Amino acid sequence: MPDSRHPAPRAPGFLSQALRIAAKDLAIEWRSREVIATMTFLAVVVVLIFSFAFVVEGARPPAPVVAGILWIALVMSGTVGLGRAFDREREGEAIRSLLLTPAPRAAIYLGKLAATCALMAITETVLTGLSAVLFSANLGDVIGRVALLLVLGTVGFAAAGCIFSAALLRARGRDALLATLLYPIIVPIVIAGARGTTQLIDPVSPDFDGARFWTEFLVAVDILFVTAGLWAFEPIVSGD
Amino acid sequence: MTESPAALRLANVGKIYGGHRALSGVSAAFEPGRVAAVLGPNGAGKTTLLGILSTLVAPTTGEVRWGGDRLGHGSPLRARIGYVGHDPGLYGDLTALENLILFAALHGVPDARNRAQALLARVGLADAAPDAPARTFSRGMLQRLALARALAHDPALLLFDEPAAALDPAGADWLTTELGAERAAGRVVVLVTHDLEAAAAVANQVVILRRGRVVFDETPAGGFGAATLRATYEAKTRA
Repeated sequence: MPDSRHPAPRAPGFLSQALRIAAKDLAIEWRSREVIATMTFLAVVVVLIFSFAFVVEGARPPAPVVAGILWIALVMSGTVGLGRAFDREREGEAIRSLLLTPAPRAAIYLGKLAATCALMAITETVLTGLSAVLFSANLGDVIGRVALLLVLGTVGFAAAGCIFSAALLRARGRDALLATLLYPIIVPIVIAGARGTTQLIDPVSPDFDGARFWTEFLVAVDILFVTAGLWAFEPIVSGD
Repeated sequence: MTESPAALRLANVGKIYGGHRALSGVSAAFEPGRVAAVLGPNGAGKTTLLGILSTLVAPTTGEVRWGGDRLGHGSPLRARIGYVGHDPGLYGDLTALENLILFAALHGVPDARNRAQALLARVGLADAAPDAPARTFSRGMLQRLALARALAHDPALLLFDEPAAALDPAGADWLTTELGAERAAGRVVVLVTHDLEAAAAVANQVVILRRGRVVFDETPAGGFGAATLRATYEAKTRA
């Protein structure tokens, strides 16, 4: 006869739970491609609009403009992805079933964060390539460093965004609320990313020391945001 | 009646939401191998009670103990609980099998695929379209799948919140049979429902809530007749 003292199956480890949740999200997205298509489309449209505005008679726009466009497109497309991050948990109340599993809340958060980062990384790959072509950006020698900035910026952005997305799970008008709440928080990430990218893609005198500072700044912000997210997710999803 | 050491006991449980008292001084015991039907009008606190039993809602006062352990908010004992609500608690974009494998695996069930396939057969979905996402299922199929999901980790406590809502008569009959089977399996089964006939058919114990308080809690040896239960319900819930 099963009772409360009857041992439950041994729950998988923390990382295993997080990976399973991320794999579930990515498997669903691979099948529907709803979110990634929307994110990428928006990112491409933003870059195209800016390219019409700033590319005049084939002249290459200044590095700060290119970096700004890249990061604005990243933030806008990422917001679309974050807005949908917990939709599948909300539909059919799957979140309740998820919270009743022995998976730690922090593992659920980490899984959602990993899946969001993976989707944003796909969009960023397209975005970076498109920016390089349209703006003749000087990415050849610094692509690795720019990619590192983008990855770090994505982690911080998604870490804060997943928390707000979870907090707004049942809110009306959550898409508008998400941007309103999230953007003030991620200002340091956008500034650091844009400044660091500017210094790397400057065609005349790239400033690698300056870019290293912004990279380290983003590492610190990521540690702060991910730690805060791991801590805050439990009370946010457990709130009644 | 002597309480089993594996019983689920609520002692003076209360819940206040922003000034609104949803539950007040609720004390009750739910025994393994019985179905306890929790009845009451809308707003009586039934779903709040189920939320507290599921560990997803923290009581404001009192405590719940299960087999001697405190069943608190987010307790590790949640891994021994299965929950079937009016929403299926499933991922609509995954197939039936994928849903069951996911939840079985998150619970650490060994050989999750075999367990999932066995559960699909148990709830009569073994022949359901294997590649169809759960969102394409009928309401009845979703409730069958929800029960399979709730059973994936062989829980000792099964909570049902209006599981037959929107089910057709055949689906409701199937659910009543399944509730009887889970009672026979020795689980603690708590059923929140408005369906007095279903409650009379399957419940050993009836708890009636009114305005957040227990106004009736009995476990008659011979069960409840539908007419008796209806008369009791109307007498206890009359304003």
